[in-house]
Amino acid sequence: MKKLVIAFGLLFSFNVFAEYGLNMTEGVTSLSRDIYGLHMMVFWVSVVIAIVVFGAMLYSLYMHRQSKGAVAANFHESTKAELIWTIVPMIILVGMAVPASKVLIDLEDTSKAQMTVKITGHQWKWQYDYPEEGISFISNLSQDSKDAVNGTDADRENANHYLLDVDNRLVLPVDTSVRFLITSNDVIHNWWVPDFGVKQDANPGFINDAWAEIEEIGTYRGQCAELCGKDHGFMPIVVDVVSKEDYKKWVAKKQSEAAAAAVSATKTWGKNELMTKGKGVYNTNCAACHKADGSGMPPVFPAIKGSVIANGSAAAHLSIVLNGKGAMPQFKMLGDSDLAAVITYERNAFGNTGSVVQPSDIKSAR
Amino acid sequence: MTTATTIEATHDDHHHGPEKGLMRWVKTTNHKDIGSLYMWFAFTMLLVGGAFAMGIRAELLQPGLQLMEPQFFNQLTTMHGLIMVFGAIMPAFVGLGNWLIPMMVGAPDMALPRMNNWSFWILPFAGGILLSTFFMEGGAPAFGWTFYAPLSTTFAPDSTDFFIFAVHLLGFSSIMGAINIIATVLNMRAPEMKLMDMPLFVWTWLITSFLLIGAMPVLAGAVTMMLTDRNFGTAFFDATGGGDPVLFQHIFWFFGHPEVYIMILPAFGVVSHIIPTFARKPLFGYSSMVYATASIAFLSYIVWAHHMFLTGMPVAGELYFMYATMLIAVPTGVKVFNWISTMWRGSMTFEAPMLWAVSFVFLFTIGGFSGLMLGIAPADIQYHDTYFVVAHFHYVLVTGALWSIIAATFYWLPKWTGKMYNEKLAKIHFWWAVISVNVLFFPQHFLGLAGMPRRIPDYSLQFADFNFISSIGGFAFGASFILLTYIVIDCIRNGKPASSRPWEGAKGLEWTLEPKAQYHSFNTPPSRKLIKAESQHS
Ligand code: HEC
Ligand code: HEM
Ligand SMILES: [Cu+2]
Ligand SMILES: [Cu+2]
Repeated sequence: MKKLVIAFGLLFSFNVFAEYGLNMTEGVTSLSRDIYGLHMMVFWVSVVIAIVVFGAMLYSLYMHRQSKGAVAANFHESTKAELIWTIVPMIILVGMAVPASKVLIDLEDTSKAQMTVKITGHQWKWQYDYPEEGISFISNLSQDSKDAVNGTDADRENANHYLLDVDNRLVLPVDTSVRFLITSNDVIHNWWVPDFGVKQDANPGFINDAWAEIEEIGTYRGQCAELCGKDHGFMPIVVDVVSKEDYKKWVAKKQSEAAAAAVSATKTWGKNELMTKGKGVYNTNCAACHKADGSGMPPVFPAIKGSVIANGSAAAHLSIVLNGKGAMPQFKMLGDSDLAAVITYERNAFGNTGSVVQPSDIKSAR
Repeated sequence: MTTATTIEATHDDHHHGPEKGLMRWVKTTNHKDIGSLYMWFAFTMLLVGGAFAMGIRAELLQPGLQLMEPQFFNQLTTMHGLIMVFGAIMPAFVGLGNWLIPMMVGAPDMALPRMNNWSFWILPFAGGILLSTFFMEGGAPAFGWTFYAPLSTTFAPDSTDFFIFAVHLLGFSSIMGAINIIATVLNMRAPEMKLMDMPLFVWTWLITSFLLIGAMPVLAGAVTMMLTDRNFGTAFFDATGGGDPVLFQHIFWFFGHPEVYIMILPAFGVVSHIIPTFARKPLFGYSSMVYATASIAFLSYIVWAHHMFLTGMPVAGELYFMYATMLIAVPTGVKVFNWISTMWRGSMTFEAPMLWAVSFVFLFTIGGFSGLMLGIAPADIQYHDTYFVVAHFHYVLVTGALWSIIAATFYWLPKWTGKMYNEKLAKIHFWWAVISVNVLFFPQHFLGLAGMPRRIPDYSLQFADFNFISSIGGFAFGASFILLTYIVIDCIRNGKPASSRPWEGAKGLEWTLEPKAQYHSFNTPPSRKLIKAESQHS
């Protein structure tokens, strides 16, 4: 109980809040601020009730003890008291429900959106699509964090935002109302960025929406908030919020990258080229289950090293990667050249002796 | 009916007392034997689930993965939750019910003694099956105790089918236990005891039994649908076949929310016995306690989707579930106010049972406050699936349900064994546990508010300090159970003889029995006069 007193004492001083990350973030959207306001309101209401209730209890515990000579009274009923402590809490609750309802209704209204981003959860990475701009990419936990997980304390100190950094960030313009369409490709995930006050389940086969109008330029980090399997703790979210001009530049850059990728998908690649590219794609997308050395984690995640499929017909290999099977996710969202590279890599690395696959093969297999 | 059973029981008493040797425990139909079996089983499971928790806290002691793979971590959290809920807390309450209800209602035994034997002996098998999944290919279930589809269907290891079977068995056991308690309370109660004469532990268990009968079949339905989705080509929870994964959550929580009250209503009953005893004053507001319990039970059926605010529910649904959830705070508050009024102007002493009961009121109320905060739907956006929720339900379940079980153990141990435990050691144990449990769980509020999701094996560096503190508290709390084990065994072996009413303020029919309650409790039903004299509320 002493600890409690100390902890409550800590809560009372606002400075401590900020320094040690004790409290909810206020965030950078009107919604996150509203939520923060509600949170602080219920918190303080609870504190006041706690002072009254615990105060009465502590007083009684101290005063009405046998060792202080207290003699027991015999009262055991009072309709008046019962009525008071039923009605007063009711009134307090209604007082809290009114503002809460307002925020809730506001929150669900995505009608004023100026742009849309589609977010798809995969085991264990996020896919971001900008349908209007034709941009699509995958966002994975960054490599230095992956390396540091089993590394030393120093590795984790040196990693950029250990476990909260990604290879490709979501980029959004400031002061723009963005609608998020959130779904999943396999199990349920949850897309959560505390600073936006956005947290929404990503359900396979259904689309949920949420919105945010971010008021400050900056980098915001979040995490998946629904248990989604083995690497649930390793699929962070990073959002760069930039000025509207920078956002336009970023869109243009992404679009020209996509155009270049489309061109490269039509040419015929050399085997070495495919193997080099494939290794990178493999390590970001496949190594979580099949391991960087291709040994897998049997019985659930089969080895690629010596696999019948990887050494057999290319068609079967293409099919399992494109369409998935059981706990093996589908990888349709990767580009033709990435897929050709990773499949060629699987078929020729780890001592495997399969054929080379070209982007054009992927295109016709889709 | 009542007299007939009583006569038969009296008759039984002539030719068999406890059988000798091990077979006594296998074949027993005696409520006290079965109560003890339940309690020891629950305690064993508490230690097993506790060992898993130690594993979890050891991995979370510092950032980085030191001890285990993420998949194994998920298996530990899943099994920890399942074992604690279905193996420790629920059986412990059924054990308490078995031991105490016949004594409290003036009956010789439970109404359905053979079924009673069954409902216990299913448990070790169910528990064994559940634990054996650790040794199967692909490992134990790793989808959390809430086993959301499709992680638990398409994406789960084969051992999940054994998990489903174990849940079915546990459900059978609970339903049989509940039927038995209802039958005992309604049919075996002393003819002179009216419903509103019943002690609160009996009332809360009666209401809990109805919750069990309502909720457990829903759980059975959920796991059966999982089973057919996994093995027989149905698609209840699979969108590609026209199903809906969110449907699973509705079904689960339609069971799950009543379930959390199944684990707390008997606790309310226990505390309502202990506080009047040590305040030497009748329980304040007996009838409002009964009505509050009943209304909590009713409300618990209509608030389930407050666990699902982020699944994409329509606004109208969110508003409704928010209002209904907030409403539960009212009867819960009534209980707390009544306990405090019972203490008020009493003449209190603080033996171990009272220490546990008083700290229950404190700490459970803290869990109630965080519950109220979670019930505010927009705020739940930031709390949901973070350590804030973990802190909330540990305050209500550990310092709530478990606390009351420990309180009950100290309070009735003299009646169970005829001996007194070592009060000094019990006090040391109490302070050790109450301090360490707060070091363990209080910082988790901060972690959750600062943004740490639950069910993760590793975390970013900003969460390191509080996790470290929490883990240290966890190890200390875990170690306190070694002392508890010693105190209980020491009492059974070497305790000083207790009187038949070891607490001077205690009321209740159980205290009119011999110091170590006789094998069959009441062979002749207690008189109206005795019932009135032993009533908690007059
Ligand atoms: C989420 C974990 C996961 C990831 C990530 C993953 N796989 Fe798989 N993979 C599986 C599982 C599980 C199977 C077994 C499927 C089955 O047979 O039911 C599998 C099977 C395969 C097989 C067939 C192996 C055999 O011998 O049966 C190939 C080839 C394969 N995956 C390629 C890939 C490629 C390429 C990637 C990356 C682009 C990838 N996988 C990423 C889980 C994964
Ligand atoms: C004042 C009364 C209470 C209220 C208003 C309340 C409210 C809530 C809410 C809204 C959640 C969902 C939080 C989330 O997942 O985002 C929750 C979770 C939970 N509550 Fe309570 N609660 C109360 C009392 C209790 C009691 C008495 C128990 C059990 C003894 C309990 C056990 C749990 C558990 C186990 C969970 C977590 C479930 C999970 O996700 O694994 N609660 N509570
Ligand atoms: Cu996740
Ligand atoms: Cu609930």
